[in-house]
Amino acid sequence: MTQPVKLPNEPAITPQIVADHGLSPDEYQRVLAIMGRTPTLVELGIFSAMWSEHCSYKSSKVWLKKLPTTAPWVIQGPGENAGVIDIGDGQAAIFKMESHNHPSYIEPYQGAATGVGGILRDVFTMGARPVANLNALRFGEPQHPKTRHLVSGVVAGIGGYGNCMGIPTVGGETNFHAAYNGNILVNAMTVGIAPANRIFYAAAAGVGNPLVYVGSKTGRDGIHGATMASTEFNDDSEEKRPTVQVGDPFVEKLLLEACLELMATDAIVAIQDMGAAGLTSSSFEMAAKGGLGVIVELDKVPMRETGMNPYELMLSESQERMLIVLKPGREALARRIFEKWELDFAVIGHLTDTERMVLSWHGDIVGDIPIPPLVTEAPVYERPWTLTPLPAVLDPASVAAPKDWRASLVTLMSCPDLASKAWIWRQYDHLIMGNTAIRPQDGDAAVVRVPRGSSGIGHKGLAMTSDCTPRYVQAHPETGGRQAVAEAWRNITAVGATPLAVTDNMNFGNPQKPEIMGQFAGAIMGMAEACKALDFPVVSGNVSLYNETEGKPILPTPTIGAVGVIEDIAHAVGSRITQGGLAIVLLGETAGWLGQSLYLREILGREEGAPPPVDLAAERRNGDFVRGEIVGRRVAACHDLSDGGLLVGLAEMCLAGGTGATVKLPAGTSLPHAFLYGEDQGRYLVATDDGGALIAAAQAAGVPAVQLGYSGGPDLIVEGLLSIALSDLRAVHESWLPDYMNSMNSAA
Amino acid sequence: MKAAVLVFPGSNREVDVAQAIELVTGRKPEMVWHGDGDFAKTDLIVVPGGFSYGDYLRCGAMAAQSPVMVEVKRRAGQGVPVLAICNGFQIAAEAGLLPGVLMRNAHLKFVCADVHLKVETSQSLFTNRYQAGQVIRVPVAHAEGNYFADAETLKRLEDRGQVAFRYCAPDGTVDGSGNPNGSIENIAGVFNEAKTVMGLMPHPENAVEPMFGGCDGRALFEGLVEALT
Repeated sequence: MTQPVKLPNEPAITPQIVADHGLSPDEYQRVLAIMGRTPTLVELGIFSAMWSEHCSYKSSKVWLKKLPTTAPWVIQGPGENAGVIDIGDGQAAIFKMESHNHPSYIEPYQGAATGVGGILRDVFTMGARPVANLNALRFGEPQHPKTRHLVSGVVAGIGGYGNCMGIPTVGGETNFHAAYNGNILVNAMTVGIAPANRIFYAAAAGVGNPLVYVGSKTGRDGIHGATMASTEFNDDSEEKRPTVQVGDPFVEKLLLEACLELMATDAIVAIQDMGAAGLTSSSFEMAAKGGLGVIVELDKVPMRETGMNPYELMLSESQERMLIVLKPGREALARRIFEKWELDFAVIGHLTDTERMVLSWHGDIVGDIPIPPLVTEAPVYERPWTLTPLPAVLDPASVAAPKDWRASLVTLMSCPDLASKAWIWRQYDHLIMGNTAIRPQDGDAAVVRVPRGSSGIGHKGLAMTSDCTPRYVQAHPETGGRQAVAEAWRNITAVGATPLAVTDNMNFGNPQKPEIMGQFAGAIMGMAEACKALDFPVVSGNVSLYNETEGKPILPTPTIGAVGVIEDIAHAVGSRITQGGLAIVLLGETAGWLGQSLYLREILGREEGAPPPVDLAAERRNGDFVRGEIVGRRVAACHDLSDGGLLVGLAEMCLAGGTGATVKLPAGTSLPHAFLYGEDQGRYLVATDDGGALIAAAQAAGVPAVQLGYSGGPDLIVEGLLSIALSDLRAVHESWLPDYMNSMNSAA
Repeated sequence: MKAAVLVFPGSNREVDVAQAIELVTGRKPEMVWHGDGDFAKTDLIVVPGGFSYGDYLRCGAMAAQSPVMVEVKRRAGQGVPVLAICNGFQIAAEAGLLPGVLMRNAHLKFVCADVHLKVETSQSLFTNRYQAGQVIRVPVAHAEGNYFADAETLKRLEDRGQVAFRYCAPDGTVDGSGNPNGSIENIAGVFNEAKTVMGLMPHPENAVEPMFGGCDGRALFEGLVEALT
């Protein structure tokens, strides 16, 4: 191996510099053992990036292994840029969800925008054309002085990027809670479609093959530890750059089209986007996965400004860049395509058989790292963990009934978590591509058309959702983990699609605290159990830890993104009740579970009790039954019951379709508020033109079913308890968020 | 009907409009790259939606200067019909093919939603399959759709029947309630003087199938086929 040259003004590696790179003394000892000498600054930066929590999953790895990741339809599980599943007709769905939490809190517009840009690249780098975006957002309480600014910036950033890319943003969720005051969550998901036999992977192959850089130029944005690098390296006080990356969706659109054009040729051996840790992780992962070495000539990297150094080039997180290994002799072809799209194209190195990453700079070697030990010797922590005990079950009889039923429904339908999010999704182009069959708020999952291509007639539909109920996970992580998976499965089912696979975005606090690690462990246990029981493997994911401010962690939030398929999109149903005279039927068991319910929190101001249990066998039985009825065309509308319970679910169905309903409580209901506002799991509310037939079929399938009433009229009526005009309900449901966003002072 | 759809860097609804045209005519339109100064003889030129050149500088400003637009202006001058949708409308306005400008939406935000439009005239290539006064439902998706023209231009537009569509309430009432972006006089689409060029902010190409946004935009393409075949 080569002793790298020392660059002008390169600082000596001190314990302080090591600490500034987030490496513990123990981790630095591993670096020394691997290198057999003191690393140069750029080498230290590479170790720091590759062994960061974000890239190495060092705290979460031992737990993530417990998730089921295989099924006959899984083409690629975790470990690549995104997960890949077979959706029939020679087509694959490629998808992943990823967080951009910390950047979005610092600079909400760019943080959220580049979150969308990053996840889009993860999907199209595998050969897919993205067909849908979703996003799961958690903000602090509305009264918090920063919340309005963050909502405004994040939503504009997501829209700004996705709209310009021309990918419809079709679904997602938004919650507000004080636990996110100091750490918001921005989880972005992209789903793409590719031919199943044309998937592109990151593993490099072919000694001597050229390593090609395409896309935007590299600048100094997003450099980890940029402060230190630019003060110590450059001799004087160069301006400190923000650590948040700046996105350019226009360039990404060009990059998407150029990559797909190149992918239609046979020129590519391997391709990897430059995301977190930029050129470092992309070049490293390509070489490592291929069992090869790589020489990177850093002076050939297209640069946005003069005076950049190897450290900055290796660690910049400038956006809209890709690294490609080409087949020999295809450089000219590839260059033509990227030049047509007015993008940078540069051969910046080649593959070797040395299993080393060698960095050169104007002919000098400035870094030389053995690749395999960086993977095999990477730190993995089995951090101490303490499971959250199951809280006492709340007796519904001990929970007060509403004093005023009408007021209780109005309060719930206009509370931040349940109020209409139209103010948000109307800023997202959810219709572009002309394939959106079920739009936001019209169904439990978004459904977009996937043309079958030449292999068959008709169109299938891809159903997508994102789900998590953080207050359940906080109360009991195992139950909450189970519930998040079950609800995603249920939402896919409720439109008539077959749930196929999951991407998970694990957002937690500081893993060095045993109770936080216990939340993580518990959530994984619950998720694993549910994924197994529901044949719902995890194919991709992302972990975001250290979501804490001044020692206060977020609610544990394992966001579940899910994808399913419906063979004939014409069979898909939404949750809109659009006509009178339909029977309203409740499917599933209702015990009246009020612990951790929104009724308890919003009406009584209490956040307590055990969350509703999830009976996975009942979940599966009920869901399979409902799906069969939907694709058998015996259901006009279907809605899963979750936040707020039955009455909120019915109100949502009525509002979405503009048709009222009259229902009455089943005989013998002892606690109406537990029946109407309880959040028991595994339930669906269905509108059908033949209630009797549906109930008979349900009973034959062992699914509890009861008819509650009929649709029709301008009002929502629960006999003996409340009557409210839909127009009144709509006014409060739809006005909370716009009123909040338009109000001038920060007190909501 | 032979159609050509322009493609600029950053166009993103060119596929949507191409599919709508194919659905109605059974024939794929020619896709014309912005750098090409020339393209085959065609019955209709479509300037599609998107973010041409990233909408940097000003929406449509850069695309209006691209080589292909020189040719489009030349052909439009000879009477070749031009349909300019959304970003295409912005480009056509910047290129001087249509009167008026498109400003930032009055509420300053991007808006994607179904809107109702009142058809102002059936006397054009583009609207011959509609009735004057008919209300149709199509989506909008834009951040800069706030149509503006000075008083003199507006008067001329009104006098010569150059307003194609106005935003309205579902019952056809033209007032502020149905206006998604603050456009003056609720104007959603306009013609050139000869009514051979039409620009509109809404997306008829995303309203051509019952399951995917309804069919109210379909008649626009059917009308063109009837007039141009």
